[in-house]
Amino acid sequence: MSTFLVVAVSITLVLYALAVALGALRLVRGPHAHDRVLALDFLFVVVLLTMLVLAIRYESSMYFEAALLMALVGFVGSAALAKFLLRGEVIE
Amino acid sequence: MTAALAAEIAVAALLLGSGALVLTAALGLWRLPDFFQRMHAPSLAGTLAAWCVALASIVHFSFLEGRLSLHVLVINVLLAISAPVTTVLLARAALFRRRQAGDPLPPPLGGSDSASTDGAPS
Repeated sequence: MSTFLVVAVSITLVLYALAVALGALRLVRGPHAHDRVLALDFLFVVVLLTMLVLAIRYESSMYFEAALLMALVGFVGSAALAKFLLRGEVIE
Repeated sequence: MTAALAAEIAVAALLLGSGALVLTAALGLWRLPDFFQRMHAPSLAGTLAAWCVALASIVHFSFLEGRLSLHVLVINVLLAISAPVTTVLLARAALFRRRQAGDPLPPPLGGSDSASTDGAPS
């Protein structure tokens, strides 16, 4: 791992952290419930990308499985929340 | 310039591009005024930024291990399947809740047949 790549990864992680802060702001402020669900879905995607960047940084494949789980759990959670907003219950 | 240095430059450029795209998506999510406009922004992170990170990961691990490693593409396939489903469900939920609350709806896109049935629970 060269220092050049370490600096690039650090800058990328700082940009991701700013994005997570803005998404969390929308999660807290969001005027409606569906705004909050949208912000939560976005946060899941950003944390997934953070896992992939950390896999590059530490040259380990363990982060890949964490990212895979993040994608699955994020999809199930967002779909269930959207279904709940639409119908009032998740499983009918 | 050696091949390893070229690969590192490509990885760094792709990572920085993905960072800029994710920050753009977050700015759109925070700044856009209406919910249906805000829905457009986060898909940038799920498509273009995710592909940038996947390409960077493929280039980096292929050079590291000396063989082609494509397993990161599974995540992109998963995102490509799940993101439209979530978006459509959320848009229908938002339309339904807005109609229930009596708030102004966005104008219909085209024919009157699509506007009358969309978003209403069957």
